[in-house]
Amino acid sequence: MIYLQLFLAYLKIGFFGFGGGYAMISLIYNEVVVQHGWLTAAQLADVAAISQMTPGPIAINCATYVGYTVTGNVWGSLLATGAVCLPSLTLMMLATRFYFKLRGNRHFAGAMAGMQPMMIGLILSSALMLFGESTFIDWKSWLIFAGCFVASVRRVNPILLILLSALVGIVCYV
Amino acid sequence: MTSLWTIFASFLKIGAFTFGGGYAMIPLIEAEMIQKRGWLTREEFINQLTIAQSIPGPIALNTAVFVGYKTRGVKGALSALVGVVIPSFFIILLIATCFTEFKDNAVVAAAFKGMRPAVVALIAAPLIGMAKGMSWWKIALALAVSVVIWLLGVSPIWFIFVGALVGIGWSFRPEGGSEVRKEEKEL
Repeated sequence: MIYLQLFLAYLKIGFFGFGGGYAMISLIYNEVVVQHGWLTAAQLADVAAISQMTPGPIAINCATYVGYTVTGNVWGSLLATGAVCLPSLTLMMLATRFYFKLRGNRHFAGAMAGMQPMMIGLILSSALMLFGESTFIDWKSWLIFAGCFVASVRRVNPILLILLSALVGIVCYV
Repeated sequence: MTSLWTIFASFLKIGAFTFGGGYAMIPLIEAEMIQKRGWLTREEFINQLTIAQSIPGPIALNTAVFVGYKTRGVKGALSALVGVVIPSFFIILLIATCFTEFKDNAVVAAAFKGMRPAVVALIAAPLIGMAKGMSWWKIALALAVSVVIWLLGVSPIWFIFVGALVGIGWSFRPEGGSEVRKEEKEL
């Protein structure tokens, strides 16, 4: 019944994980380490580290990883990943429908206008949190930051910026 | 009509290059969805981000579902979702099965030392565009909210909730309608 447990645990993580990424870590920790003991705390820290080095949301990365390690096969991965996506898929489709129906309504527009500064504050807070970590290790990191910031404001392709900064990292830090 | 394949391929690209969480995909979405393909207006995108934050689940997934659903309904939402998930799914599977020492690799670690500050820049830069045309007190409010979340670790959902309530309350005052519509245009 490991598959059912896996499915339910990740459904729960998908359903209660507000605010994305780092807010989800404590929820994942509770399910995966405390409730089920699928990973040790140190293993979860490894998954979080790998997650930061690979593309995609941390909840997805963690689901794929834990699904595989717990069952030893790809189906476990697929099941856990599907479960974590399910709440997003259904709730967001409902919300999208709701949005396009209601957007002319004055009270709905009022709610959206009221949430907008909060939304921008949230994004800024996630940038600030990354400032606190081991992101800026020397003057070269600040240079990369400043260069990418200006380039991004000037609408240089973001994929190019990611690739270039990885290259600069390899040249500077290997 | 936009083909499901195009939606899938667009989000595959976004999924493959979104490092450091959902907000780092904002410039990618702007370039691909707003400028190149015209699937979203700027106003829809700003509203979409607000909705994605108030619904559970990762921002990247919620954004994919919104754009997919808007362009091609349920099938579009599924195509976008599968596209954005596939890169991380296969990369993690590869790491879990074959490259358990991946994170200790010197070249990978060096590449990420270069990418981390770039990701912060990709998250921060679009805020400049969003703040343009906003009144000074809204910008001050956004700054205050970010500092409180950052330093005190308050759950962001409370701010969204209070913002919505205040906005609804404001829209009930007698001349509310025209005022709100004017602000919507400013976005």
